[in-house]
Amino acid sequence: MLLDAKIPDGPLADKWDNHLARCRLMAPANRRRYEIIVVGAGLAGASAAASLAELGYRVKVFCLQDSPRRGHSIAAQGGINAAKNYCNDGDSIYRLFHDTVKGGDFRAREANVYRLAQLSNRIIDHCVAQGVPFAREYGGGLANRSFGGAQVSRTFYARGQTGQQLLLGAHGALLRQVRQGRITIYPRHEMLDLVVAEGRASGIVTRDLISGRMTRHAAHAVVLATGGYGNVYCLSTNARASNVTAAFRAYKKGAWFANPCFVQIHPTCIPVHGAGQSKLTLMSESLRNDGRVWVPRKSGDRRPPAQIPEAERDYYLEERYPSFGNLVPRDVASRNAKAQCDLFKGVGESGLAVYLDLADAIQRDGRTVIDKKYGNLFEMYERITGVDPTREPMMISPAVHYTMGGLWVDYNLMTTVPGLFALGEANFSDHGANRLGASALMQGLADGYFILPPTIGAYLAETGGQHPDPDHPAFADAEVQAATRLTRLLGIKGRRSVDDFHRELGLLLWDRCGMARNEAGLREALARLAAIRDAFWGNVLIPGGKEELNQSLERAGRVADYLEFAELMVCDALARRESCGCHFREESQTEENEALRDDANYAHVAAWEYAGEDVTPRRHVEPLAFENVHLSRRNYK
Amino acid sequence: MSRSITLTLKIWRQTGPEAPGRFETHRIGPISTDLSFLEMLDVLNEELTLAGKTPVAFDHDCREGICGMCGAVVNGEPHGPQPATTLCQLHLRHFKDRQTIVIEPFRARAFPIVRDLVVDRTSLDAILISGGYISVNTGGAPEANSIPVPAARAEQALDAAQCIGCGACVAACPNAAAMLFAAAKVSHLALLPQGEPERTSRVRTMVAAMDGAGFGNCTNVGACAAACPKQISLANIARLNREFLRAALAPEDGG
Ligand SMILES: Cc1cc2nc3c(=O)[nH]c(=O)nc-3n(C[C@H](O)[C@H](O)[C@H](O)COP(=O)(O)OP(=O)(O)OC[C@H]3O[C@@H](n4cnc5c(N)ncnc54)[C@H](O)[C@@H]3O)c2cc1C
Ligand code: SF4
Ligand code: FES
Repeated sequence: MLLDAKIPDGPLADKWDNHLARCRLMAPANRRRYEIIVVGAGLAGASAAASLAELGYRVKVFCLQDSPRRGHSIAAQGGINAAKNYCNDGDSIYRLFHDTVKGGDFRAREANVYRLAQLSNRIIDHCVAQGVPFAREYGGGLANRSFGGAQVSRTFYARGQTGQQLLLGAHGALLRQVRQGRITIYPRHEMLDLVVAEGRASGIVTRDLISGRMTRHAAHAVVLATGGYGNVYCLSTNARASNVTAAFRAYKKGAWFANPCFVQIHPTCIPVHGAGQSKLTLMSESLRNDGRVWVPRKSGDRRPPAQIPEAERDYYLEERYPSFGNLVPRDVASRNAKAQCDLFKGVGESGLAVYLDLADAIQRDGRTVIDKKYGNLFEMYERITGVDPTREPMMISPAVHYTMGGLWVDYNLMTTVPGLFALGEANFSDHGANRLGASALMQGLADGYFILPPTIGAYLAETGGQHPDPDHPAFADAEVQAATRLTRLLGIKGRRSVDDFHRELGLLLWDRCGMARNEAGLREALARLAAIRDAFWGNVLIPGGKEELNQSLERAGRVADYLEFAELMVCDALARRESCGCHFREESQTEENEALRDDANYAHVAAWEYAGEDVTPRRHVEPLAFENVHLSRRNYK
Repeated sequence: MSRSITLTLKIWRQTGPEAPGRFETHRIGPISTDLSFLEMLDVLNEELTLAGKTPVAFDHDCREGICGMCGAVVNGEPHGPQPATTLCQLHLRHFKDRQTIVIEPFRARAFPIVRDLVVDRTSLDAILISGGYISVNTGGAPEANSIPVPAARAEQALDAAQCIGCGACVAACPNAAAMLFAAAKVSHLALLPQGEPERTSRVRTMVAAMDGAGFGNCTNVGACAAACPKQISLANIARLNREFLRAALAPEDGG
């Protein structure tokens, strides 16, 4: 099968409008006859569900938490980008587009990114109308700040809890449609499989997490907005329930998975405290606006920071990248931190952290101004570490944060399975090989509020109104398979806990498929993954039963999928023999140790097709053309 | 700075809403005080699992104090002893060596117990469904800066809007009322010009929904605000009462 991204023709700036003009429309009166399943109620899912219901479709929303308001999007701190140019600093739709394509190291589709930049402004308009309390200037206008990878201020924010406020806005819109009777919410429900009947996505099989009951749900189309898979590394900044299960099940049912090895490692997280650590906490990178990153100049210098004089501090980002300084993109900042730690210049008990110092900013602007900007982040840091970051520099280290890889989708956000759409972090999205700060919220909301409603309408209008039959054998098959798998897991009754396997998997991936990757390490990882997978299926211990709330069983199912999915990630990392963005192949670097792309051979999206149990998946390629941004080496110096 | 401590945990165990519950005692440690409270429960659950016992069910997700999923009553206090701190952000450094810790679910008529420390809080969403939003369809919004909002107003609205919907206020209230929760949403929207058109109907329907969902009546005890991890202030309840009074005098949807 040839990958057709269905990018509309015409000049870049007109593509989306041209496309809308040509999309088939669904008559308003007919919409109520159509049922749409939305799995996931983070920003992407909630915004999609609300907008579809407003149009008149009947929508079923599924999520793992007890309320859709708790989706992982709630934790986003820093902000959301838009090309409003309110600061008059030369921003424009073109510049946001350009920065995103370049920040992604030229591995994203131009047409998608341009559309994203175009829609960014309408997202802000809509969220303000919903009552999202964004930060304001004294005159009452919206305030902006700058973020990594950009030289303009285009980030809208609500203190350090932008994701929360945006999600509560979308949640309100969703609840309003519940009241109108167009949305039914299924909280504490996990999608365990996708049902494909007669070549189309026709529904899902879910497990009620409280009663354990399995149910078949049929619909005219299925939308996955199930978030990213960063937790494959066990420790990440993601919420604990974040998983790859829904996307991976879809992959096994025929949806191709794009660029699985593209994982963003965020430079500013609170360092690991030791065994027992359950997740990593992000310190918003907005701190890099005012904080200065440094390590001691001398290797092995263990003096407390206050005793290290100015001349003996190495502000390595400012020195190496004079024009972007502390605001270089995330992949560059993380890699540089790792390089310093590899030289034994890292700080903290583990020697794996660097300092993020706000002393100069406090001296320049005063404590009140800095507190106002970052007060809640300071509190969070102190609560977790017991250290006041305004007296001692913060310690930060890189942590797995975001996954640019995801289900392959065309310009309509449809996967390779007709009728199956993927939104938000769950698709391979618009961020190429590296996402810029404050761009995930923008993408999730563009997908949900503005892109999906017309494209799914066109799909439904084209395919007609036959409601899939939940008695089709494909439903029974999927349900039996999902149930058998749970029974099998429970029956192992081995001697190791689920979490123990997850930690082992995470450490292996972090070492071999993390910030730096090479052929030998990746090959070794593949061999060891197979062994961990065998050990898991032979020796995992899951207490309890199937027909009850069983959190160990939930985790076991997710870890089982991670174990298989990890192999796909490693295959992808092996096949991409270039460095780009987050993906740093040690074999492919410049003399100054910067990532070296190979555009002649790898200016493409890699999309993987499932080929069967224990068979190497098939790699397909969607070539990327750069007609509007000059394909250049990223240079933040 | 980090120490090791040993703790005695008295944890509520209950297999379902109708099943009888009881306390179960477990000793844990030595354990590092760098761990969070939930990480301690993870360690306990791993020990229970390996010993062939049933782990303690508890809700959690973000572990950063923002999703509102976690929560339990620790030594009589919802979310435990630290002010302005969710259970997931509570760290063991705030406990003493050999201390006994009593851990119970949030208890309220509107929050039936699901299992152990897990309760059903869907009644909170029922309040919001009745009107805790601004009715605006996607696509129809005016240019964002055409609605100026004074900076201090926006901050005040955000102070109220940062409620995480955890339900600790309900658990702390002797009447199991959801007044602080509802007041936070009413305030957030009443403080903004965008909320003006539905100001009257919103407060009416939300107050009615609170009663309908099985929450008790507010008698101004103030235990809610003391327990709230997001420091939602009692001033919001005063505002809700004013809004309600105003609505009683205003014509339907009179803005
Ligand atoms: C700490 C942190 C801070 C961040 N800060 C920013 C920021 O400042 N700016 C920015 O732009 N981005 C930020 N990001 C990234 C951004 O928050 C996420 O990429 C984005 O919110 C993802 O949204 P989503 O809707 O795609 O998925 P999510 O919000 O992850 O939602 C996933 C949904 O799917 C449901 N689900 C998952 N699996 C299943 C299943 N099998 N069955 C049923 N339901 C399922 C979940 O319950 C949930 O409702 C941050 C990320 C983190 C971790
Ligand atoms: S008001 Fe406070 S205690 Fe009550 S739900 Fe909101 S955050 Fe929790
Ligand atoms: S787990 Fe999210 S607030 Fe505690």
